[in-house]
Amino acid sequence: MRGIIGYGTYVPYYRLDRSKITAAMGAGGGRGHRAVASYDEDTTTMGVEAARNALETSSATPSSIWFATANPAYLDKTNATAIQAALDLPQETWAVDAGGAARSAEAAVRGAMGTTGISMAVVSDLRTGNPTSNDESGGGDAAAALLFGDDEDAPVIAQALGVAASTAEFLDRYRLPGESASRIWEERFGEQAYLTLANDAIERACKEANVGLEDVDKVIIAGLHARAVRGLARIAGDKLVDDLTTQIGNPGTAQLPLLLASALDQAAPGETILCVHLADGAYAAVLQTTPAIADYTPSATVASQIENGSDNLDYNLYLTWRGFLDREPPRRPDPDRPGAPPAFRSEDWKYAFVGSRDRSSGAIHLPPMRVSMDGGAVDDMERVRMADVPATIATFTVDYLAFSLSPPTVAVVIDFDGGGRFQAEMTDVDPDEVKIGDRVQMTFRRLFTAEGIHNYFWKARPLSK
Amino acid sequence: MASHGIKDQVAIVGMGCTPFGEHWDKGADDMLVDAAHEAYASAGVTQDDIDAFWLGTMGSGVSGLTLSKPLQLDYKPVSRLENMCATGSEAFRNACYAVASGAYDVVMAIGVEKLKDSGYSGLTGSRPPSDGTDSSLTAPATFSLLAPAYAHKHGLDDETMKEVLTRIAWKNHKNGALNPRAQFRKEVAKETIAGSPLVAGPLGIFDCSGVSDGSAAAVIVRAEDAHRYTDKPLYVKALSFSSGPATGALDPSYDYTTFREVRASAEEAYKQAGINDPRSQIAMAEVHDCFTPTELVLMEDLGFAEEGTAWKEALNGTFDLDGDLPVNPDGGLKSFGHPIGASGLRMLFECWLQLRGEAPPERQIDSDKTLGLTHNLGGQPGACVSFVSVVGSEIG
Repeated sequence: MRGIIGYGTYVPYYRLDRSKITAAMGAGGGRGHRAVASYDEDTTTMGVEAARNALETSSATPSSIWFATANPAYLDKTNATAIQAALDLPQETWAVDAGGAARSAEAAVRGAMGTTGISMAVVSDLRTGNPTSNDESGGGDAAAALLFGDDEDAPVIAQALGVAASTAEFLDRYRLPGESASRIWEERFGEQAYLTLANDAIERACKEANVGLEDVDKVIIAGLHARAVRGLARIAGDKLVDDLTTQIGNPGTAQLPLLLASALDQAAPGETILCVHLADGAYAAVLQTTPAIADYTPSATVASQIENGSDNLDYNLYLTWRGFLDREPPRRPDPDRPGAPPAFRSEDWKYAFVGSRDRSSGAIHLPPMRVSMDGGAVDDMERVRMADVPATIATFTVDYLAFSLSPPTVAVVIDFDGGGRFQAEMTDVDPDEVKIGDRVQMTFRRLFTAEGIHNYFWKARPLSK
Repeated sequence: MASHGIKDQVAIVGMGCTPFGEHWDKGADDMLVDAAHEAYASAGVTQDDIDAFWLGTMGSGVSGLTLSKPLQLDYKPVSRLENMCATGSEAFRNACYAVASGAYDVVMAIGVEKLKDSGYSGLTGSRPPSDGTDSSLTAPATFSLLAPAYAHKHGLDDETMKEVLTRIAWKNHKNGALNPRAQFRKEVAKETIAGSPLVAGPLGIFDCSGVSDGSAAAVIVRAEDAHRYTDKPLYVKALSFSSGPATGALDPSYDYTTFREVRASAEEAYKQAGINDPRSQIAMAEVHDCFTPTELVLMEDLGFAEEGTAWKEALNGTFDLDGDLPVNPDGGLKSFGHPIGASGLRMLFECWLQLRGEAPPERQIDSDKTLGLTHNLGGQPGACVSFVSVVGSEIG
């Protein structure tokens, strides 16, 4: 039996209270919150965090990564390679992007499901819209990863009984490359198109699964066309899974796998779940959980991540992070772009946070060194991945002068449990709250972008409770 | 194999030092000419008498041409050195060794930096291409790491720590106010210092050294020749340099309340000079007060105060101009300013004035001791280079 053997999600730390939009602009906004990727996050880094969460509770090593996003950090260059590198996966991993459209989520999920071996779909999105637009207030940033395999790899916790899709060429939402906001056709037009396409796909998926709608326990309806989603929700009645838009907004490409993960967080064995995705057509999948789901514990549930967020984000900072407001830069030179050859040489360090451990003294070196700082042994090191090791703050400072997209920069010197020290930037933290002795964990972030190169590396953030 | 030192083998017989500050009207070339010619005049020599030159500059030029062109040297050897903020001292150290070796009779060590042409705040510099994982912290931020670590280790609350740092800045501004060559020549009230805008951690603008332009130079000869040039030569007692393994940010046993490189270089210098109790044997010290917590920690690393007590000594005035051991009587990096390549030689310039009794009377130290110490640092806590010299007005 092939199916889902694990999953992970990532909801960024910050929330924007939609009423702050209304307060600032006299328009837009609304009730509730949207999730906001921090200034040092993009779809790739959020994908890494979701994938780490998926792999944390599993010993599986995926042989393929299927990454999808409507908001890729790079064009031309594959973004899944950074995810593969950050997860410290071997060279024989096949890492590919499916990008551009929200519908690409289906490509990643169906591709990972349909291939052989252990495979992972990583779906991530960072939604932007013009100030006061529905996309701005209604969007959300998040990522989700689904791990597929066969029973011999790990217990399958859910399997697909039937999958069907329908496609039509029509203008619902669209965006030219480089634009910061989508354009949307009159909603009533799209609603009619979607309802027809969805009913067709649902009917065929149910038929393949040999279940009727009445047999379904939960219904997930994902899609950026809010009116069509609402219209279709009538078929679900009280079986509808909360789409979380009040708490975090609609994370576009990532919504389908995120809502599935949210449903699986709470699912019992033998549940039948209908997943529908409306994006330039419709995709319907009938899933059934297995007895193994009773023994599966996600590393962090969607609900717990929503719970642990901070809604202390001001609207002007949100606009700055998303590039809608340019603040005066510090009177400091721009950061240097990373060099491609040095970054290539230090891939294990820069992307996977792998240091070196002296075999004789046990001293851990971050970054890795050839000569030991303890005893001077030469070239007698083994690799040691520190990305998942918690640490404690030894000392810290707040740099008001350093270049940052969101000053001030918080810097910490951290000592890892079991040995190893590193001086890191700290993120997702209030500068006034940092103390010696605080516990932290590592997170994969984008330090800055210089001359078209995203500088990815690891930062510290408060340890999840 | 051992380090031997060159105690009393060479002497400074002339020095020059430009005013430090924002010299919008002068380039590095102009300042080099000013400092070099002031030093020639001080030693009573002409440019033709100098056999070789050591030029220290971090970023105001590359190669010996940076000096030979503005001075129009007559095809003499010029070494250009760089060792971060200890660059000026490094030029001096190597020039001294050249004389001690017998290779040259008369040499010049000269340092210069033109910082105020960059248009940026603080220090800037270009680095080789990297993988992008190096720390992007500014200099004040890296040194500010000392403050919470020191306070935590020795049980100071935030307010007391701020008071200590403020006291150090206040003292150095007070000294600088008496120095016509200093960048900042005004006393600054403690409330102003403590209330200045934050730059990094607890450090405000007044906790940081001045970013400035300047140049300083020394003429060095063999000790036995010194009295041909001056009645009051300054003998070199010790020169030490320590370049650390830069493991502070890797090694959990490092606690950010000390500079291991400073301890190593101080120990070596005291050995060379035959000093066993620096606090009582030294008349005055010029130390690398790039930021106020640096001076605090240096007092312990240089052996001027017991570990964990420098903060009390600083508050008590031990290191004031009229204290037991005056530290930075010329105002230090804090108020004299910090043109990188010139600073190490500027420290020696104050020893030159003080130990010869030629400092302006209002800041002349009244001491029967004959030794002065300079300490120059480059890098950051946990990864730095450190230089210590001891100079004295008498042989032996």
